[in-house]
This record gives sequence, C-alpha cells and structure tokens, in this order.
Amino acid sequence: MISRIVLQLAVLLLFAPLPLGVITKTKALFAGRVGPPLLQPYHDLARLWRKGFVFSRTTTWVFLAGPVVGLVVPLLAALLLPFGGLPAPLSFSGDLILFVYLFGLARFFTAAAALDTGSSFEGMGAAREVSFACLAEPTLLFSLLVLARGADRLALGDLLGPQLADRWSGGNGASLGLILVSLFVVLLVENSRIPFDDPNTHLELTMIHEVMVLDHSGPALGMVLYGAALKLMVQGALLVRLALPLQTGSQVLDLLLFLAGLLGLAVLIGVIESSMARLRLPRVPQVLVGTLLLSVFALVLVLR
Amino acid sequence: MIWLLGGILLIAGSGIPGLLLRRDGNAGERLACVLLLGGILLCGVPLAAAFTGAPAAFSRPWTVPAGRFAVGLDSLSTAFIAPLLLVVAAGAIYGLGYWPQRTHPGSGRKLRLFYGLVSGAMLLLLTARNGLLFLAAWETMALSGYFLITCEDRLAEVRRAGYIYLIATHCGTLALFGMFALLGQAGGTALFPPAGALPAVGSALIFLLGLFGFGMKAGLMPLHIWLPGAHAAAPSHVSAVLSGVMIKTGIYGLVRLTSFFAEIPAWWGWTILLLGALSGILGVLLALAQHDIKRLLAYHSVENIGIIALGLGLALLGRSYAQPALVLLGLSGCLLHVINHGLFKALLFLSAGSVIEAVGSREIDHFGGLLKRQRWTGLFFLGAAVAICGLPPFNGFVSEWLIYLAAFTPLQRSDPALFPALLAAPVLALIGGLALACFVKVFGISFLGAARSAGAAEAREAPPAMLWPMGALLLACAWIGLLPTSLRPLLERAAGDWLGAAALPPLAAELAPLGAISLAAWLLLALLLLVGWGLGRRSRGLPREVGSWGCGYRVATPRMQYTASSFADTLVRLFRFGLWSSYRGGRVDGLLPEATEFAVRTPDPVLDRTLGPTFALLGRLFQRLSCLIQNGTAAIYLLYIALTLLVLLTLLPR
Repeated sequence: MISRIVLQLAVLLLFAPLPLGVITKTKALFAGRVGPPLLQPYHDLARLWRKGFVFSRTTTWVFLAGPVVGLVVPLLAALLLPFGGLPAPLSFSGDLILFVYLFGLARFFTAAAALDTGSSFEGMGAAREVSFACLAEPTLLFSLLVLARGADRLALGDLLGPQLADRWSGGNGASLGLILVSLFVVLLVENSRIPFDDPNTHLELTMIHEVMVLDHSGPALGMVLYGAALKLMVQGALLVRLALPLQTGSQVLDLLLFLAGLLGLAVLIGVIESSMARLRLPRVPQVLVGTLLLSVFALVLVLR
Repeated sequence: MIWLLGGILLIAGSGIPGLLLRRDGNAGERLACVLLLGGILLCGVPLAAAFTGAPAAFSRPWTVPAGRFAVGLDSLSTAFIAPLLLVVAAGAIYGLGYWPQRTHPGSGRKLRLFYGLVSGAMLLLLTARNGLLFLAAWETMALSGYFLITCEDRLAEVRRAGYIYLIATHCGTLALFGMFALLGQAGGTALFPPAGALPAVGSALIFLLGLFGFGMKAGLMPLHIWLPGAHAAAPSHVSAVLSGVMIKTGIYGLVRLTSFFAEIPAWWGWTILLLGALSGILGVLLALAQHDIKRLLAYHSVENIGIIALGLGLALLGRSYAQPALVLLGLSGCLLHVINHGLFKALLFLSAGSVIEAVGSREIDHFGGLLKRQRWTGLFFLGAAVAICGLPPFNGFVSEWLIYLAAFTPLQRSDPALFPALLAAPVLALIGGLALACFVKVFGISFLGAARSAGAAEAREAPPAMLWPMGALLLACAWIGLLPTSLRPLLERAAGDWLGAAALPPLAAELAPLGAISLAAWLLLALLLLVGWGLGRRSRGLPREVGSWGCGYRVATPRMQYTASSFADTLVRLFRFGLWSSYRGGRVDGLLPEATEFAVRTPDPVLDRTLGPTFALLGRLFQRLSCLIQNGTAAIYLLYIALTLLVLLTLLPR
C-alpha cells in the first residue's frame, strides 16, 4: 500500500502544474500570442520557493495555516481517487464524504487566512468564496448520489471503477451526462475559473480567490499556487475518470490516457476562458442554483 | 447503582453548604466545586461499568402512588450521561474563574445552588425508569434552568428571556404530562415499558404530545423560540451546560419514547426528518445573520439539533421499512452527534465567555485581533469551530459522516418509498457549507485582523481555571475525531437497547469503516504538522512590520475591515425569504454624499415576527372585549346578574 501511495503522490506532485501551463498556452493561442512556455508554472514555483517572506503586522500563525492546509488537503484527497490505471490507494465505504469535507477544511483555512490580514478586500474574497461554496456543495452531493446508485460500496475507488463504462452504455447515460456538466461547473467554481472568477484580473474588487491570497509572498505564495494546481488536478481527475472510464488493461496505457484526459480538460478550460466573459457577481448564485437543478434532474432520472 | 444515586445527591446538593457561607468569599464556591466533582467521580464508577456493557438497574417500592422508584443505566442513557459529566465538570471549574463570588456577590451563591441542582436533575432524568420520577426530574431541571438563566435579573433583557423560557418549558411540560398519562394507560403502569413492548396502533397522540414536549426542550425549529434569548442571557458556563447538555434531554426523551414501540409508523420518521431539515437549514441561516456571539452560538444549537433529528428520523424510517443498516447508521450518527455537540458547543460557549469577559461586549464587531491577545482561547475556539463545521480531523466529522452514510443507504437497497430520504444528504451538505461560512465569519472577525474596539485592543488572556477545562474539552473532541473506534461498542449497544430484542448487524468494517476514518484523520494530522513545521521553520523570527495590502491606500484603519454583517451579506440576501431581515438606512445619494448610517437586524422569525405580533393582537382584542363587558355602568352589571339568574333557573332541575 505504501508503494501505491508514493506512486500516486509522485504522479500528482510532478504532473499537477502542467495543466496550468496548458491553460495559459491555450489562452495565448486564442489571443494570437506565443505565450509563456508550457513548463512556466514549474519555474514560477521554483522561483517563489527561493524568495523570502513579507508579513503584514496584523497577521498571526493562521495566515500560514491557510497555505499549509491548502497544500495538504489535495494530497490526501488524491489518495481516495483512481488515477487511470492506478487504483485508489485508500478506499473505503464512505470516503466520498471525506473527499468533500477535506476540501471544506481547506476552504475554512484559506478564508481564515484571508481574514487574518484585516484587509477588507480579502474579507470580500473570503465572503464570496464561502458563499458560493454553499451553493456548490449540494450539487456535488446530488452528483455523488447519482454516481452511488446501485453501487455495493460507497467508495470513490469503486464508483469510478471499471463498471462505470457499463453504466454509460446502460440506461444511465443521460444522468451521467448531466452530472458531468454539473461537476464541470463545480470544478470551475471551486478552482476560481472564468466565468465565475478570473485568476488574471487586476481589479481587487472583482476577484474571489486571488484577492484572498493577495498578501501571501515567497514560499507561502508558492504553496498557495501549488495547492491550487493540485486541487485542479484532483478535482479534474474525478471529472476525467467520469468522462473517460475506458480501461485498456495495461496500467501504463491507462495512466497515459488519464493524463491526456487531464490535458484535454485543461484545453477545454482554456477555450472557455478565451471565449467567455466573466459573469457579474450577482449572477453567479443563479447559475449555481441552475446547476443544482440539473443535478436534481440527474438524480430523478437515475432513480426512475 | 447506589454509587450513581449517591453521586446524583452529592451533585444536586453541592450548592447548599455555600448558602451558609459568606456571600463574597471564595470558600463556598470552592466547596461547591469539590462536592460537584466528587459527585461526578461517584457517578463515573457505574458509568465505566455501563461503558463496558453491563447495564445496571435499581428498583424500590415508594409511597408515591404510581409504580415503584426505578432507575436504570443502559447504553442509551450512558451515551447521554458521559458528555453530561464532562461538560458539567468543565463548567464548574470554569465557573471558579468566570463567575467568582468575590465579584458577583449578588448571584454567586444562587448560581452554584442551581448549577448543582440542574446537573443532578438531568442525571436523574436520564436514568429514571418511571414516568412520575422522570417528570419530577424534568420539572426540577426546567425550574433550576430558569433561575440559572435569570442569574443577572437586574437586566430587563434577561428577565424577558427568562419569562419566555418559563412559558415555553411549561407548555412543553403540559404536553409531557398528557403523554405520560396516555403512556401509563397504554402500559398499565407508570414504569417505562421495555423496548419494543407497546403496539404502535393508537399511539399517534402519544407521539405528537411527546414530539411537542421534547421538541420544545430540544429546540426543534418552530419550537425553538426560548432558546436564543435564554442562551444569550445566561452566564457562559451555564449556556454551555444548557446548550451542550440540557437541550439533549429533549432528544433523549424522543429516543426513549420511540424505543417503547414495537413498530413505528412511517410518518413518525418523515415528520422528524422534515423538522430536522427545517431546524438545520433555518437554524444555521439565522445564526449567520446574528451579530451577538452568544445568540449566534444558540442558533447553531438549533442547527445541530436539526442534524441530530435527521439521524433519528433516518433511524425511525429504517425501523418502519425494516432496514437494519439504516437504523444502525442513523441512530449511531444521532447519538454520536449528541455526544459531539455536547463537547464542542460547550467549548464554544466557554471560549466565547472568555472573550466576552476580556472585551466586555457580546458584539462580534467589537472584537478583532484577539488571537494575538488571547492565544489559548483563540486556539480552543478554532478547534471547536472546525469540529462544529464537521470538518476532519475532529469529532463533528465522524457523526455527520455516519448520518451521510445513513442517507445514502436507500440507494443501495431499492425501496422507492424511501427515496425522498436521500435528500437528507444534500440538505446536510447545505447545512455544512453554511455552518462553515458562519464559523469562518465568527472566528475571522473576532480573532483575526486588527482590534476593532478599545476593549479588544486591551484584552487579557483568561486565568488557568478557565483555560484548563477548555483544553480538556478540545482534547475530548480530538479524541473522538482521531479514535472513533473507541466509541463503536457503546453506539452498537445503544442501538441494541433502542431496538429491544431485534438483532442488528455490527457497525463493522463494511458498513461504516470507522478505522479507515481514524487512519485518514491521523494521516491528515501528520501531514499538516509536517508541512506546517517546515513552513514555520522557514519563516521563524521574520519581522512583521508592514501593513496589509490596501490597493495602494496607505492609511487603512481597523474600522475599514470587513464586518460580520458584510461578511454574511451575500448569503443573508440570498436566503432573505426565510430570514426577513430588516435593513435600515445605507442609501448614498449624489456626488458628495452626506454621512449616513446603516443597520441590519434579523429578529427571530417565529418569536418576534409571528408569535409576538399574534399575541399582541389577541391581547388588544381581549382588552377591547373586557372594556366592552366591564364598562362600569351599574345597570349593565345588574343586567348580567339578572341574565345569570335566568340561565340558572332554566338549567336547574325542578
């Protein structure tokens, strides 16, 4: 089990920044620019790790707890998921709830760290983050209910296991498609992507996630960025596994297919970011409630 | 069992010697604390035996008309008594530092007397096996609670809260009198029937009366009217006992009552499930809209009672539809959440008390930056906040996880009638998300950032007598979160007690792998400590001498920080249909606006928006009526007399 954990974490830690580079590259291509190299996120992380810290005088140890929890949570959550051919190293009945609540823990500490600076901009970001998450969580739970229908064991490793391909071709294709859309929206919200949030915006008043980490610097900022990359990969893994439940039989081939799926997801996010504008903030809850209804339909379909 | 009765007597009487001692000396309070702790140790002996699975009972004839004096201690009672003893002990020690008689000579002795009495009465209530004994203990608890809540009765607000509590609790007791009378009629004796002994046919009224009486005490949603005011008015360690333990006696009543019946009609479970969802969602929304830290925590009690009711409702449905897995998961989630909520809510009230004592205000917007001034209090509050949000690695996660597992159960075993119960899972997720928003708000606004008032800038850390009990409670929370398997036998046996003879599957690896949760919690803790230690080592001793980034603005003041109401505003406006907040002022006009004010207030939708106006209207109506009848004209009174005589003459037999 130890070797499986190490392998899974190694894949995660090494691969996670790459999708970010792919997103940036896609957006650059759409804008007619060359864009930074694909491996730029790795260089950024290395550069930040070498830098020093700047701390505001209002901050306490909670300010550093944010990046730490934000980095550790995706690591642990990744152990509950299968990565292509690699089965989930930690899999037990009910681990899907742990998966959801682990990200809750990360949100708690990220928002608390934002409030620790005493700046109203960061308070604003924290308030938006926790408010929108309230609407995203029921959607996530409805989607998990759809996934768990008919399973013997409520473990993510089983729900996303080989029988998923049969469910797509069986009677459940429509509801799986609906939750695929819902989960994609949840992924965009949770990872602060356009149309819900713009990671590259330059106006503090309109940001959500970026404004929460304004005061972080040096290695702590590096940990925040790395944590965000890991989170995108882990939550993306759920989506990719759901969309591509193919199993060729060869572990290496499956893993490669899975990683290619992640890159495809990054391209998709890049295309959306290039072709869509940001939603006005008051519209975000409406879209989230719409997605919630979508997942309710999916549940009704699968229960019928 | 004799140990337990002795312990109860000692606890109940712990405040009496202090009455004979000086009102402003510390001998009385110390003696009361020692007696109380001694009593708790005595109770601990039979409790430890019950923990290992040996139920005890004691029965004696008595001169009271109905039945015998009967007490018993099974696993179901143990699950309620264990957190009670811990919270009462922590509160008693905390009280030495928080409410010393030196500084509160007017209320110190009264507080100790009724604190002991309410604890003893609760213990008796949880062990009573006779309806009359139960009612006597119930009423003692309710009345002592009243005197504890009105400890500071010179304040009008406190008197009002106490008055509402008294009305509410007596309405509940009235229903319970009816319930026990009917129950006695059904069973033929005032003694509690054994589990599963009564037929469910014709017991709808018993259930409804019980639901009203016990729900009133527990604070289920439309019946919660007394709870926010009372918890805010009482001294903090009393609030901890009220909220952590006393409202759970209502849940105990419901659990015990439903155990008497052989089969459970499905609508019982659906009703409790619905009330639980309502309490959970509205409770946390109302909490989010509050600015007073103790009112906010009180509304969170309503929310957590809702979560507990979700578990109980699922367990009842499991019995109606013959699904043992659902019964076991639902009931163990319900009972574990009773234990957990007792621990972390008590800790929250105790640490809030430490903050209120230091700052001199209950308004969250007067705090700020307290983590730097009150390092330990802040840490304890943070731990409890993480626990109450149901986040790993603390105990709240384990119980909510069990309830989630119960909510997912209908998926696997297809009985279409049970499908609506699946909704408990997204409801629980919504409650969890809102609770997280609320506790980020409370912790962030109170303990982080810069001090928002002079009181907060000069706050001092609480004395050790207040810190140690808080630390013990946090350890207990962490214990259950990290080693949940240690409570598994108790939960399994309690579910067995509830069901009576019927056999249940064990809460083992395939149903609810508590061991795996424990492993994940340890892994999380280890990783957090490792990474935190690494980052802490790199940043140790670095100066903190620049201001926070203010988008180029250099002279930011603490007043410019985000406030509690602005933090909650997005969600409060989103759910305004259930909250009915009132907004006042805040409009800014023109290019150079004048100074303006803005205030937002969220009164209780049931008490202040519905019951209050209704009763005021009725009061005016009856006043008008009485003016009409008693109008002071002598001729009219003569007419009344004549009419009465006429009626009597026609009615009387010749």
